[in-house]
Amino acid sequence: MSDEPTSYASPKDDPLQRVRAMIQFTPQAKALGMEVTKIEPARVWGLVPCRPEFVGDPETGVIAGGVITTFLDTLCGTAAVAAMEHPTTVATIDLRIDYMRPATPERAVLAEAHCYKLGRSVAFVRAVAYDETPDNPIAHVAAAFMVNSNNGRKFGANLRKKK
Amino acid sequence: MSDTPQQRVTAAIERVPYARFLGIRAELKGDELTLVMPFSQHLVGNPLLPALHGGVVGALLEVTALTQLAIASKSERFPKTVDIGIDYLRSGKPIDTFARAKVVKIGRRIANVQAEAWQGEKTQPIATLHGHFMTPEVEESA
Repeated sequence: MSDEPTSYASPKDDPLQRVRAMIQFTPQAKALGMEVTKIEPARVWGLVPCRPEFVGDPETGVIAGGVITTFLDTLCGTAAVAAMEHPTTVATIDLRIDYMRPATPERAVLAEAHCYKLGRSVAFVRAVAYDETPDNPIAHVAAAFMVNSNNGRKFGANLRKKK
Repeated sequence: MSDTPQQRVTAAIERVPYARFLGIRAELKGDELTLVMPFSQHLVGNPLLPALHGGVVGALLEVTALTQLAIASKSERFPKTVDIGIDYLRSGKPIDTFARAKVVKIGRRIANVQAEAWQGEKTQPIATLHGHFMTPEVEESA
C-alpha cells in the first residue's frame, strides 16, 4: 500500500496503514481507486481519481455525483472510525450532500472529513470535497453513522435467510 | 426503437460511463422507469456481511431520480443535482437492486424528487432518497 517509512512497531499500530488496509479490503473503494492521504484523530483526508469510466455527463466530462457520494460516504465512515479509541464497524444511517459546483473534468476530487461527535451508538461526521482548496468546495456532506454496526451479526449474515 | 424522448433518455443512461461502471440497466414501462443494478462483486462495501456499498446504493438512487426527472420534464439532458439526502434502512444484500423515482414537483427553477431502492420485496426498501435538482429547461435557457 504505502512504502513510506513508519516509526510504529507494526502496521497495525499505525492508523494511516490501518485505514489504508480497510480501503483495500472494501471492493467498491478499491474499484474507485480512492486513497486516504492523511489521518489525525477524528479527521481524515483523501482523494478519488477521475477516471474515464466515472464520467456522469459525457457532454461535459464531469465526474458522476455517485462517485463523490461513494467516496465521501467511505471517507466519512473512516473519520468516524478514526475518532474511536477501539475501532469497530460503522454503517451509514443517512447522508446529505449539497453540491456547490460541478467538479473540474479530469481532476481528482479531494476531501476532508471530520467526525465532530462520536456517541456510543451514533457518530456525526461532516466533510467537504474540493479539487484545489477547501474554500472553493464542490460539495459538502453531513452524515450520521451507526457505531458497531456488525454488533451481534456474524460474518455472512446477509447470505442467510432471516425471519 | 428510440423514437420517443423517454426511450431516448433510457438509452442515454446506458451510455453514461458511470452507469456502465455500476452495471445499471434501465426498464421503461409507459413513463415509469425502473433501474436495475445487478449484483457484482465490485459493488461490495462490507465484505464480511457481505453488504453493498452505501455509496453505490445512493448513486443508483441519484441516477434514477435524474433520469425520471429528465423523462418527466421531457428533457433529453440530465439535470444538475443541487442536493440529495439518502436514508439507509437496511443493509444491501449481495443480490440485484431495483430503484424507482417519483417527481414530486417541477418548479420554475428547482425540482423535488424522491426515490426508493429495494431488493427482494418492494415493501421493504433498503434506502430512500430525496433530492433537489435544477429544472432542465431553465438550465438550458439560462
